[in-house]
Amino acid sequence: MSLITQVKRIPKFYRGNAACPGCPIPRELDILIEELGEKTVLVVPASCSTVILGDTSGMPSTVPVVHSAFAASAAIASGIVRALRMRGDKDAIVTVWAGDGATGDIGFATLSGAAERNEDILYVCYDNEAYMNTGIQRSSLTPKGAWTTTTPEGKREFKKPLPFIMAEHKIPYVATASIAYPFDYQAKVRKAKQIHGFRYIHLLSPCPPGWRFDSSLTIEIAKLAVETGVWPLFEIENGEFRLTSVSKTLLDKKNRKPVIEYLKLQGRFSKLTEEQTKEIQESIDEMWEQIKEMVKK
Amino acid sequence: MTQILKRKALALVGNHAVAYAVKQAKPQVLAVFPITPQTTMLEKLAEYISSGELKAELVRIESEHSALATIYGAAVAGARVFTATASQGLLYMGEMIYWAGGQRVPMVAAVATRAIAEPWSIWDDHQDFMSKRDAIWIQIMAENVQEAYDLTLQAFRISEDERVIMPVMMGFDGFILTHTMERVEVLEDYEVDSFLPPRQFNLIDFSDPIGVGPIAQPDEYMRIRYEAMKAMERAKSVIEEIMREYEKISGRKQYGLVECYKCEDAKYAFVTMGAWSGDAKVAVDRLRDQGIEAGLLKIRVFRPFPREKIKEYLRSMKGVIVFDRAVSFGSGGILANEVKSSLYGLEVPVYSVVAGLGGKDVRPLHFQKVMEDLIEGRLEEERWLL
Repeated sequence: MSLITQVKRIPKFYRGNAACPGCPIPRELDILIEELGEKTVLVVPASCSTVILGDTSGMPSTVPVVHSAFAASAAIASGIVRALRMRGDKDAIVTVWAGDGATGDIGFATLSGAAERNEDILYVCYDNEAYMNTGIQRSSLTPKGAWTTTTPEGKREFKKPLPFIMAEHKIPYVATASIAYPFDYQAKVRKAKQIHGFRYIHLLSPCPPGWRFDSSLTIEIAKLAVETGVWPLFEIENGEFRLTSVSKTLLDKKNRKPVIEYLKLQGRFSKLTEEQTKEIQESIDEMWEQIKEMVKK
Repeated sequence: MTQILKRKALALVGNHAVAYAVKQAKPQVLAVFPITPQTTMLEKLAEYISSGELKAELVRIESEHSALATIYGAAVAGARVFTATASQGLLYMGEMIYWAGGQRVPMVAAVATRAIAEPWSIWDDHQDFMSKRDAIWIQIMAENVQEAYDLTLQAFRISEDERVIMPVMMGFDGFILTHTMERVEVLEDYEVDSFLPPRQFNLIDFSDPIGVGPIAQPDEYMRIRYEAMKAMERAKSVIEEIMREYEKISGRKQYGLVECYKCEDAKYAFVTMGAWSGDAKVAVDRLRDQGIEAGLLKIRVFRPFPREKIKEYLRSMKGVIVFDRAVSFGSGGILANEVKSSLYGLEVPVYSVVAGLGGKDVRPLHFQKVMEDLIEGRLEEERWLL
């Protein structure tokens, strides 16, 4: 008999769903639902998650799900939470679970509107940096230089800095997170759960087919995004900026891995020239200079 | 048995009459975006909420698309909900209109009908309202301010009836009704309370979580659409039943899927929908004075379309003239097409008149003239009153 007692964890998001091999979404949802508890409603706009969440014959989620048109999720969530509160339900958590296109492009006005009204909802953007469900088309959150089916030469424009834009809405809580750092992610969801008003968590969510990497590398790539400084982990609570997890150690450039280590594992960056790679490195360093300023404040 | 009731009467413009009905219906969540000619209704609702007369959440929303999305979410979570819009706003809502219809949640939307750009026009026609005819919404339209008030209350009840469960759109002509003051008899609050009991519909149950509106495979999708069609057909008798019940409360005999004005013994009939039905009635009276056996069939419920009633009332007419304030371009007057299709197989000549687009004035005289032309054999199959 083993001396170690096995902790049996009951999954909150069932396996056997329609996610691709190596897709982090089911695990991300599992952690999210576990932290938020069973009095959670998920609002899900058109995305990979629409498919992952099953069909009329059943779903892998253990909490209620309300599917949403592409641009409507923050508004549907606003309506749900207002109705629940009117019914006297004070603690149910209404959570939008949306991709980068629904968040930063087609649903951006809706998101901004709900944030400006400080609706009592948690909005989680799982950012796989393109329209993956329709087959890898660029979004405003695709990074500069990345190949997609609509940017065969590589995207020319920068990635929309959504977490910072959301912070400018003066909402009570904004955070970034990564599936490679599950405890950091978990802690942020836990914190967001305790706060009332509009809360925004932005998860970088690597996509094996879309980013062109082997499905065994998801966590490694997610980790490299943080270690190279491409994806800083932070939270902004009532305007106060704070780096979290390993990102705390990355203010000094020496501690950051060169971005090439992150880029070289992904087919979507395979056509980058040396000069372009240098430019990407410079933009990351520049972002960290800005972060330094924010930390000082 | 005639019951003589002393009713409270108020002088209200259409927008305020609808707002008054909404206040009495006690919705819990509203989301309304300003658009002419609906805006004064939104302002009145904001006043009711601010003064505490209506205890509801009014979401000051950033667009019409989001307005409908918000009340959809609230309806799914069990609230009685309301929105109002017009014209471009209804078009901008379009995706969510279909979304709510497809999911079949109870909700009420008032549409202050208005022409669609381009070119810009803030004036009345029915193009906006008619553009949503295939969205699984019950569509009703008022002739006057009194009816706009009455139909708003009935809309909530119809929408929430368990045999129906479907969104209801209440159309009333922009400016012609929204901004015109009329004497309106209103129900007492307690009467509305008994007519409209608290809503029993909720899809968010934490102890029994479901996915609302997931993917449907082809067999299932087709079945869901067929159910919607059956519910629409079923709604016809439910609407009649609810309207009759309302009639008893209000003491005003004026309701049904259609209204027949002097059409029982008529040989010629107009068919209309909305505010200009009043002008048509004046025309009918004048034509009768001239010895022409004219009548009017007013369509009050456009979806589900009252095919049977149309057949019943128009089957032996010598001529029917359908007035349309909306067009299916490349096809014809929308109401005229529907009437023709309802009368298929019967030998009733149906003439289509397209008029009043973008607020172009139409008066009783126009109705008279067209009827005279019909009788003298001068009316084309389709005429535009330019």
